[in-house]
Amino acid sequence: MASLGELERAVMDLLWAGQEAATANTLRDLLAQSTLRQDGTPGHQGKDLAVTTVLTVLSRLERKGLVERERGTRPHRYQAVSSRADHTAELMHEVLGSAPDREAVLARFIGSVTDTEAETLRKLLGNS
Amino acid sequence: MFWTSYLLAVLAIALAWPVPVLLSRAHWPARSPFTAMLLWQTIALAGGLSMIGAMLVYGLEPIGDNLLAGLTALAGMVLHDAPTTELGFWHIFALSAAALLTAHLVFTLLLTYYKIQRQRRRHRELLDLLASPSADGARTVVISVDSPVAYCLPGGARSVTVLSDGLMAALEPAELRAVLIHENTHLTQRHHLLLWAFAAWRQALPWLPTTRLAQEAVNSMIEMLADDVALKTESKATLIKAIAIVASGSPGAPEGRLAFGEPGLPEIDAGQPGATGGTGSARTTASRVSRLLSPQPPLPEALRAAVLAACLLLLALPTALLIVPGLLG
Repeated sequence: MASLGELERAVMDLLWAGQEAATANTLRDLLAQSTLRQDGTPGHQGKDLAVTTVLTVLSRLERKGLVERERGTRPHRYQAVSSRADHTAELMHEVLGSAPDREAVLARFIGSVTDTEAETLRKLLGNS
Repeated sequence: MFWTSYLLAVLAIALAWPVPVLLSRAHWPARSPFTAMLLWQTIALAGGLSMIGAMLVYGLEPIGDNLLAGLTALAGMVLHDAPTTELGFWHIFALSAAALLTAHLVFTLLLTYYKIQRQRRRHRELLDLLASPSADGARTVVISVDSPVAYCLPGGARSVTVLSDGLMAALEPAELRAVLIHENTHLTQRHHLLLWAFAAWRQALPWLPTTRLAQEAVNSMIEMLADDVALKTESKATLIKAIAIVASGSPGAPEGRLAFGEPGLPEIDAGQPGATGGTGSARTTASRVSRLLSPQPPLPEALRAAVLAACLLLLALPTALLIVPGLLG
């Protein structure tokens, strides 16, 4: 049985790849298929995976603000809040941002550099 | 007692303005970053102590001939409803200010901790979904971003170093090793604790010159310390080249610095006073490269010992002024 973390990742991959909102049942079937595709045999993940597990994973993702569900329909249909690219951009925004209170969150190899600095470094690179 | 509060006030002002300004202009910190780091920590700690101490001592002056006696008398007044007629308006004002400043510093420290932890948790959650494990080491992940980016996200056992696809493509294996050692040093030397303390110090008193200068200096000292560790295993040329490639690939202009083609980055915490952050880290990169290009010998043993002695003295002075009974009064 895959860990919740791995399942969260698999579910997000499916939601990011899919065009429209999906129900927990659809996601369960897709997860079962993707296991099958990877190793050729019906993976135990697919067989053991209960819809309730998928729902647990979805509610965890919802709590993290990564998926939202359409409230009107039953069964609920889930979709990603933002695209993979948007989330990557959010991360990079945090990495490259330069607010003083954010500098303590992580340590960059290189901070932001000015244009003249970048030019000097480029020259350096040409000579070395 | 009366002169003690003046001496502490003079010390507090010296540590808040002229001393950090001079230290931030000095060239020797690049030669011995560890010693300089200790001095910056001492300046912050002694500065805070003498600020609070000056007000406490002034306020307690009528009721005790040292801090302990004064505090005991004050506690007696508060707890047993004894008459406070000995304390004038300015004494009570100074005591309240000391209490408020102490509470403000402690509260900001905790609040900053909470904010940093929250942002790191969110960042880690997204990394769990977006990044894939790297072959280059445990606790190293790769994220699919075209510009060369490397950073580490501290968090105890869940600390992680993040590299971008662009970085992996741009660097030779030796250069990549240098980057990894550099980032790993931040984690093993627990630089995030320093970053936290100085971010909180600046957040608490943003208008004080010392807090901004200290944060910028500490940011650049930890980079130098991490560079020095990388130089133990990788050559200087390798490290310089890695710095140059990463820096030239990530221009600091806010527009179009990411090769995403994704319009408009989501704004997080827009409107933070971030104007000085960029120039500060640009200076850091410049001083890092210049110290690698034209290396200076570390400070002589005697000078380093003198700086350490100065650190001890700076911490001992406000403490002694507060505790030794009737030392100056």
